[in-house]
Amino acid sequence: MDRIKKFFSTFLLFELLKGMAVTGRYLFKPKITVHFPEEKTPQSPRFRGLHALRRYPNGEERCIACKLCEAVCPAMAITIDSEQRADGTRRTTRYDIDLSKCIFCGFCEESCPVDSIVETRILEYHGEKRGDLIYTKEMLLAIGDRYEEQIAKDREADARYR
Amino acid sequence: MENIQQQFVEIFGAEWGSMLFSLATNMTFIFAIVIPLLLGVAYLTFAERKIIAYMQIRVGPNRVTFFGIPWLRGWGQPIADAVKAIMKEIVIPTGANKFLFILAPVLTIMPALAAWAVIPFSPELVLADINAGLLYILAMTSMGIYGIIIAGWASNSKYAFLGAMRSAAQVVSYELAMGFALVCVLMMSQSLNLGDIVHGQQGGSFLNWYLIPLFPMFLVYLISGVAETNRAPFDVAEGESEIVAGFHVDYSGMAFTVFFLAEYSNMILVATLTSIMFLGGWLPPVDMAPFTLVPGIVWLLLKIAFILFFFLWFRATFPRYRYDQIMRLGWKIFIPITLIWIVLLGSIMQLPESIRNIFPLNIWF
Repeated sequence: MDRIKKFFSTFLLFELLKGMAVTGRYLFKPKITVHFPEEKTPQSPRFRGLHALRRYPNGEERCIACKLCEAVCPAMAITIDSEQRADGTRRTTRYDIDLSKCIFCGFCEESCPVDSIVETRILEYHGEKRGDLIYTKEMLLAIGDRYEEQIAKDREADARYR
Repeated sequence: MENIQQQFVEIFGAEWGSMLFSLATNMTFIFAIVIPLLLGVAYLTFAERKIIAYMQIRVGPNRVTFFGIPWLRGWGQPIADAVKAIMKEIVIPTGANKFLFILAPVLTIMPALAAWAVIPFSPELVLADINAGLLYILAMTSMGIYGIIIAGWASNSKYAFLGAMRSAAQVVSYELAMGFALVCVLMMSQSLNLGDIVHGQQGGSFLNWYLIPLFPMFLVYLISGVAETNRAPFDVAEGESEIVAGFHVDYSGMAFTVFFLAEYSNMILVATLTSIMFLGGWLPPVDMAPFTLVPGIVWLLLKIAFILFFFLWFRATFPRYRYDQIMRLGWKIFIPITLIWIVLLGSIMQLPESIRNIFPLNIWF
């Protein structure tokens, strides 16, 4: 009896029809695609995107050229040169991040004693020629200035866990 | 038409005039068939991407429009793809046989387009109303395999050659089952002329279509058609996950696109033949007022679209067959079924009138 049943269900393509019913049903289901430039997936405050250098509220840059980030960077993407400034403090003269090397691990951000180097939520940046992805100190500071509000809010949200 | 012929005769003389006139009319018909066909192929790729995407709960191509019209989003995609393909370089591998390498796509597309010559779009609309139409179609669709084998050979690559061998064996085995399924249609219609086959299905409603008395043959033909065009789930010739892309690995740019065009126009051809031979071609489903008002060609196109939707549905649903399973299905299942059905059909047709009247068989035989 079982063999007869199997014979007929094979010949009538029963299982194939069942499979097609599944795909046929999915044809009318609502689609889960996020239409990227118009819609975006939510981001965590811990999101690790493009880097930025922050300043204190009085306009002084935070970075004290301790070079901890340079030391910890596993991809060796950070290059720092430092010098004594006229007022006797140590400051960076050069702070380059090669974003084509960076793996966005967040160690630089974690190692920074003064919360200077941070990773922002920005993920839509690009370079059009070789060297475009090497970000200099001025560029990183500019990003920090521009997005300070968001950066500060994200640090605040995550402060309890750090 | 008569006036134009007269003018041709006046300009070129009696002999040349009529010859040039028939040449001109035939060329016009050929363009009238091939250009909509190629557009159909372009939009079939779009339909495929859209439908498969929807079945996988994605949205598919939805960016390229014409002149920024928002409700046409995605409809420019096939045109953009075509332009991209034309721009690309055709790379000829160093080890390849250059002559055969270029010849192969031509050999693939030529029969795929030539087969359309005998397709009747409506009782009057047919380029070549020849009596051996079905034989011509079978001959043409079998020719396509030469292009694939030559492509695999000329590429001088193991993957391409494997794909070509697989494709050759597969197409040859399914040709048999397909041919036998068509023999049943021939027995019913008593004619090889495709127009006569459609006329044989006339008689009131969709109950007269060969779909119903020949339902198993319809399935065999449809499945063989999928195998014949190397479509999923029988796409071992292409097998992008095992032999990268089969016979066209080494093709790029327009040469690849020609293979692509041939595959899709073959798909449309198989869908057309299915609708002509089993779904009553240009005939409306019911011979009544609202249905008969629609022109026949619209019905034919609707039926083609319906079958093509099934092709795409199969591709979205079924995993690829293993190679030995394909061979088993072709040789050990389809050919016996078709042979049994031929014998059965023949004996029903030979039954004396008195016995046939007991069963309501007279609308078909």
